[in-house]
Amino acid sequence: MTKNWVFLSLVFLLMNCSSKEEEIYTPVAYNLEIPSLFAQKLIAPIIPANNPLTQEGVALGKKLFFEKLLSKDKTQSCATCHNPKKAFSDSQQFSVGIDGNQGFRNAMPLFNLAWNFNELFNWDGSEFSLENQAFEPVRNPIEMHETWKNVAEKLQNHPQYPTLFKKAFGTSTIDSVLITKAIAQFERTLISGNSKFDRFLRGETSLTPEEENGFNVFMDEARGDCFHCHGSNNNPLWTDNLFHNNGLDKTFTDLGLGAKTGDPKDNGKFKSPSIRNLAFTPPYMHDGRFTTLEEVINHYSEGLQFSPTIDPLMKKVSQGGVQLSAKDKADLKAFLLSLSDVEFINNLAFKNP
Amino acid sequence: MKPIYVLVLLTFLFNSCEKKDCCVDFDPVTVTVKFTHNWDGTPINQNDFDNFKFTTENGELISIELLRYVVSNVTIGQINKKYQLINVGENTGTEIVLNQVPQGNNFVKFRFGFADVDNLDGVYQDLNSSSFNVPMMMGGGYHYMQFDGKYKDTNNQDANFNYHTIRAVNLSNPINLILEDTSFEVEIGTFEFSKNTTIEIKMNVAEWFKNPNLWDLKVLNTVLMPNFNAQKMMNENGKNVFSLGKI
Repeated sequence: MTKNWVFLSLVFLLMNCSSKEEEIYTPVAYNLEIPSLFAQKLIAPIIPANNPLTQEGVALGKKLFFEKLLSKDKTQSCATCHNPKKAFSDSQQFSVGIDGNQGFRNAMPLFNLAWNFNELFNWDGSEFSLENQAFEPVRNPIEMHETWKNVAEKLQNHPQYPTLFKKAFGTSTIDSVLITKAIAQFERTLISGNSKFDRFLRGETSLTPEEENGFNVFMDEARGDCFHCHGSNNNPLWTDNLFHNNGLDKTFTDLGLGAKTGDPKDNGKFKSPSIRNLAFTPPYMHDGRFTTLEEVINHYSEGLQFSPTIDPLMKKVSQGGVQLSAKDKADLKAFLLSLSDVEFINNLAFKNP
Repeated sequence: MKPIYVLVLLTFLFNSCEKKDCCVDFDPVTVTVKFTHNWDGTPINQNDFDNFKFTTENGELISIELLRYVVSNVTIGQINKKYQLINVGENTGTEIVLNQVPQGNNFVKFRFGFADVDNLDGVYQDLNSSSFNVPMMMGGGYHYMQFDGKYKDTNNQDANFNYHTIRAVNLSNPINLILEDTSFEVEIGTFEFSKNTTIEIKMNVAEWFKNPNLWDLKVLNTVLMPNFNAQKMMNENGKNVFSLGKI
C-alpha cells in the first residue's frame, strides 16, 4: 500500500514537472527593425495581439515559406511564386501550379505588408489579414492543391518541425492555424526601406537631374499626378493600399474587387501596388499585361480606357491620359528605378535557409 | 474649545452641508461634435456614392466617389482637438468627442483644413499613412479636402473631377512660391452645456458649387491644386458649406 502511494506521488510529481516545463517556455520577442523614415512618417505597423513576432516564430515561418511539403506533390513552396530575388514576386505573367494549371493574376510582390493598414490582401482584397491570406494558396487547386490536414500530418511526421513549433508556440501539435501564423510572422519581417531614394530622403546621397525631374513628374498634378494613389516622400510605402480602376479596359473579364464585394461599382478595381522595387517585379498590373515600365508609363500617358468605374484621378481619359513628353516619361522611369532596394532582394535573412 | 477649532469645525460642516444640500452637479460633460452631410437638405450616405444623383447649381449631374476632409482646432470653450480626418464614403471620423468640457456657456468653433501654423509638411503620421499630403512643389502640408467624382459633360459623357482644396499656391515662380492660407474658421456659436451633448454640424456639399461662385465643372474640373484662383473660389464657397444642425 505504502509503495503504491509512493509510486503515485512520484508519477504526479513527474507529470507536474513535465507540464511546468511546457508552460514556462517562452519564445524570445522579435525586434522588428523599422526603417527610420517609416518610424518618422507612418503610424505603427500592424502586429496582431494573438500573433506577436517572436524569433522562433519568424524562423519557423521562414522555413515554412520555403517548405515544399506544403504542396500536394512536394514540388512547390510559397517561394516558388514569390521569389526573393524578384522582391518576392514571379517573373511569369501567371504562376503555374503543381498540376500545370496557370493562375489568372500576376503574383504580387511581398514587402512592407505590416503597413497594409486596411489588412486587405490580394489584388482584389479578398483576404483580411496576412494569416488568412496564407490559408489560400495551399488549398487552391490551381496552386499547391493540397489539404491542410495533409500538410499538418506531413509536418507532424517531420524530424524537425514538431520541435520548432513547440519552441515557437509552446506546443508540438501542428495545425493550419499555427502554420499560417508562423508564415505571417515571417512575412511581416519582409521590410524594404533602403532604396537610393530612401537614402536621398535621409540626406545620404543625391539624385541625378533625371531622377529629380522624374520625381517632380510623379508629384505634379498637372503631369504624372501619381502621388494621389502611390504615396510620396511623406508616405514611403509608395502605395495607398486602396482599390482603383486605373483605366486598363473598357470591359472587364476580371471584376477584381467587384467579384469580392458583389457591387458593380467595384468592378475593375484592383489594389494599388507599391512602386518600390519595380526593377525586380515585371510584368506589371494585376494580369501582368505590361512587360516593361515604358508600357506602364505609356498606359497612363496615352492608353487609358474609359469604363463607368474608372477612378476620377485618371485624368484626360478622353485623350487617353496625361500626355507626358518623351523626356518626362524617361525621367519618370529613372525616378521609379531609384526606388529599387537591392539590399532587400539580397538580404540573407530572407533567403532559403 | 479654542476659537480656531470652532472655525475649522464650522468650515467643515459648511462645506459638507453645501455638497449635500445643493444637489447641483458641476462635473464636466462630454460633447460630441457630429458631422453630417447633405445635398441641399437630402442626406448623403455611403450608398449614395458612385451614383449620378446630384445636380450642381450650374446644372451638371454628378457622382461623388471620394469625399474626405480635415477639420482642425475643434474647440469647445477651452477644450480642443487638434485635427481629425473625416471620410464620408467610409463613414469614419465623423464624430469628434471632447471630454472634460466645463458646464456652462462655451463657444464652439472649428477650422476647415489647417491654418498655416499647423499645416506642417509630413508631421502627422496618420495623415501621411492616408496619403493626404500636398507635394512640396505646391507648398507642402496637407490637403484640406479631397472630393472626387464624375460629371456629365456637354456631350453627356462621363468626365472626372477632382475638387481638391489646399493652401492656395501661385506657381509662377517655382523657386519662390506665393502661398495663401485658404483654410477658414467656422464659428458655430455659444451654447450652454449642462449634460453630455451631441452637436450636429451639417455640410451641405452642394454649396461647394454654388455660392458666391457658380461652379462650372466643364471649366474647372481637374488639376485644381496648383490653380490659385480656383483655390480662392473654393475658399469663398466653403464658407457657406457648414451650418448648425440638431443639438
